[in-house]
Amino acid sequence: MNAVVLSTDLAYWAQSLLRVLGGLVAVLLPAGTIVYLFLFKMMSFMQSRLGPMEAGPYGSMQLFAEVGKWLQKEDIYPARADKFLFKIAPIIVLSSTFLLVAVVPFGPDAWFTNFEAGVFYMLAVSSISVLGILIAGWSSANKYSLLGGLRAAGQLIAYELPMVLAVVGVVIQAGTMNMQGIVVAQNAGSIFGWDGLGNPYIFTQFVGFVIFMIAVQAELTQAPFDMPIAESELVSGYMTEYSGFRFLIFFISEFATAGVFSMIASVLFLGGWAVPFSWFGWTNLDDIDNWMNVAGPLILFTKMIVLSFIIMWVRFSYPRFREDQLQRFAWKVLIPVSLVNIMLTAIFKVAF
Amino acid sequence: MMSPFLRSYLTVVWFGLAAFLIAGLLLGVSALIRPNKPNPEKLLTYESGVDPVGDGWSQSQIRYYVFALLFVIFDVEAVFIFPWATQLERYAGFGLVEMGVFVGILLLGLVYAWRKGVLRWV
Repeated sequence: MNAVVLSTDLAYWAQSLLRVLGGLVAVLLPAGTIVYLFLFKMMSFMQSRLGPMEAGPYGSMQLFAEVGKWLQKEDIYPARADKFLFKIAPIIVLSSTFLLVAVVPFGPDAWFTNFEAGVFYMLAVSSISVLGILIAGWSSANKYSLLGGLRAAGQLIAYELPMVLAVVGVVIQAGTMNMQGIVVAQNAGSIFGWDGLGNPYIFTQFVGFVIFMIAVQAELTQAPFDMPIAESELVSGYMTEYSGFRFLIFFISEFATAGVFSMIASVLFLGGWAVPFSWFGWTNLDDIDNWMNVAGPLILFTKMIVLSFIIMWVRFSYPRFREDQLQRFAWKVLIPVSLVNIMLTAIFKVAF
Repeated sequence: MMSPFLRSYLTVVWFGLAAFLIAGLLLGVSALIRPNKPNPEKLLTYESGVDPVGDGWSQSQIRYYVFALLFVIFDVEAVFIFPWATQLERYAGFGLVEMGVFVGILLLGLVYAWRKGVLRWV
């Protein structure tokens, strides 16, 4: 692929630096937005209270106050813990988020990496966070943490499969595993010859979309799938012994991953960064005007907000599953349905 | 010189390192301003406020290890489905029948595990 960032030729180190800085923005901006907009404000309104109001207008500076607070907290290691693993576990979870954002395309030239097997890569690195969580649970040398880590592992294993199988339907329709290719296939497509909306796969792959969002909910350990961090049973599970800034790293990466998964879901099912190509008479990736490199990230960000709103809405609305109900739901409902979905998609693809 | 293919994977390495760098930076800043006054009570393992009983790494029964075994099998099968999915247009009817048999066997395996009671909470 060409090495052009916004039509300027840069040295390799400058490109890499720009990419990493862009990745930093793409991780922290959604995390901050989700925490303020949904966790602070929406949750408060759903529970008939105001939420943070003191720091800045409508509490909008609350995030900076929180980070300042967490920076000053003492870093406590339990005497019995495995110190090295205990220290490194939150960073492994955070690096999983960074690796995940690397594959998201933001515009025709605005991407970090453009793998031919982008979907594969996305599914592979999304499970690295399990390692971090399992390490955190084990190294704390705490019974609650150990149980929480094991529950997390069991849950992420069970919901990895429906997620993988739900994406197969999209790959069948697009005929490619490249994320950029999937965006182009949706926006250059047409619904029964009408191309005013392109062909976002949420219409044809609605079952896949629902399964994907349920699996994302479980991978993020958000309620109703929050058994690994259940406060009332396990006192925050694998995070019980963490305090100070290391706890905040877990917290940031949880909501950053929610944002990144929402971006990936909007790339796979909602048409990603692009507008339907017929609006401006484009036909393929090379026709697209340069301004889409600026507008693309904004469009993707808007779709990300909508999808993460759904994730948080479900989180604040439903009570927790029981562990056996969770496993039963994954293996006896989601996996058979997604296998049937793959076969139906394939039949329609060959028939039309 | 590296090929563009390998170079794009090098970007992944930079992203992974960036996570360690930013976390290290923030923890470093935090280390400058946070207090550090450990005492034996503070470093005790948390067990809802009472003194911990026994070792933290206690034995527990992992009730869903069979699910983990099933997962490995199904995940490997899923890897085989992806290349087929990208090339379905070329294979057309033949590919469809072949994959129908493959997914059929997969479903049969799931039904077998189901009937054997593996998917039940033990």
